Amino acid sequence: MKFNKEHEWCKEENDVISIGISEYAIKQLGDITFIEMPEIGSNVSKGDSVAFVESVKAASDIYTPISGEIVSINEAIEDEPQKLNEDAYDNFIFKIKPSSITEIDELMSEDEYNKYLDSL
Amino acid sequence: MQSKQTPLYDEHKKLNATIVDFCGWQMPVSYAGALQEHEACRSDVGVFDTSHMGNFIFKGDISEINKATTIDIYALQSNKCKYGFLLNDKGGVIDDLIIYKFSDEHLMIIVNAGTCKNDFDILSQRINNQGELRDISDELTKIDIQGPNSIKVLQPYFKDINLDDMKFFSFVECKYNNEYAILSRTGYTGEIGFEIYVPNSQAVHLWKRLLDDNVTPCGLGSRDLLRLEMGYSLYGNELNENITPLEASLDMFVNLDRDFIGKDALLEQKQHGIKQKLYPFISNQRRVARKGFRAYQNNKEVGCVTSGGFSPALKTSIGLVMCKSESFNPKDGFILQDEQGRAKIPAKVSSLPFLKNKYINT
Repeated sequence: MKFNKEHEWCKEENDVISIGISEYAIKQLGDITFIEMPEIGSNVSKGDSVAFVESVKAASDIYTPISGEIVSINEAIEDEPQKLNEDAYDNFIFKIKPSSITEIDELMSEDEYNKYLDSL
Repeated sequence: MQSKQTPLYDEHKKLNATIVDFCGWQMPVSYAGALQEHEACRSDVGVFDTSHMGNFIFKGDISEINKATTIDIYALQSNKCKYGFLLNDKGGVIDDLIIYKFSDEHLMIIVNAGTCKNDFDILSQRINNQGELRDISDELTKIDIQGPNSIKVLQPYFKDINLDDMKFFSFVECKYNNEYAILSRTGYTGEIGFEIYVPNSQAVHLWKRLLDDNVTPCGLGSRDLLRLEMGYSLYGNELNENITPLEASLDMFVNLDRDFIGKDALLEQKQHGIKQKLYPFISNQRRVARKGFRAYQNNKEVGCVTSGGFSPALKTSIGLVMCKSESFNPKDGFILQDEQGRAKIPAKVSSLPFLKNKYINT
């Protein structure tokens, strides 16, 4: 699993990358009440705001760490967003078919991310 | 200015609460999570530290203080309390408050934390040396116990009082752990519940006992969701010095047949028509229309959201919106939009409370 500084995680499986929000970010947000999903089939570039999460106390954009085509969204958490509070890494938000094979390598490893969190 | 801590601050820290600055007080916004805490109050019982609220004692002739707020103290029975407003001479709300009547010469006044000092100054001027007003906010701890199981939990604490018999907005002076306390059948959640006032020395004892009895500690986050589901106003959101109780749709708490400061302005407003009015709204989406979102009807701006939140009970977005009377048609739907125009949330006017079949406040 890889991470970016915006607290998103990426998991690569069969040439498709699942993207979610880290446990740290979910804890910061508190109880999630709403997720706006990206459109399946849309082409996005790294850094684009593609989704939006809202909690009881805050709201936050989700910026894609990877460029490519959105191929899937997690409909289960669209209906029950609080699932994210139960397990951040078991629940992806969307899946992307990457247009570049190098972008994921530029992200932080889990160790590097944990060190980054310690520095905050 | 250093923000203040309630006598329960260390207890909140021990529970790993998320603490925020609220009106100059370090208050718990949540412990385990606002949704769980909300659920505890709706289906079981929860406890809130509300010691940040202001608390005045009045003793003496009530003829002047009776005109200082919208509350008719003469008409109020002893051991009852009443909700009302401290108004400026334009009818704007300086604060919303509750007056407890011990007798014709003895009152307690509960005000909001952020407005406490100003309220005290204004009330002191208005009583015009008729009686003595004392700010005892720093002496008493206020703890709210709310939820359908609140009577079951609290009855053993107050063996001499039959809690089932206590009417809504009644209160009794009593003992907690052999010290003076006030037990009041009031709250801000729409549930059966109580507010307990104890000396600061008893605060931790009472708090720990409630937690030992499996009462869920609840923060300001869930408190806001609970009050919004009932459509209760929050000072600073629905109410301020430029909004009158008539505009905030709180007419039922104002008796215009008696004299009080601000009455003439309210009468004039009633005569000439109310230019803006507060409406409850409900959406079919989960996305929240937060404070400051604008309301549009036929592409025309017609209002502004004063409070918005996700209702865990209704699983949808609800709130309150202040609308211009001349352009807003409450029978039609409208769109709530953020400043950037990114969120467009369809909504319609709802009736209150949003949550039906709750305890009727009589």
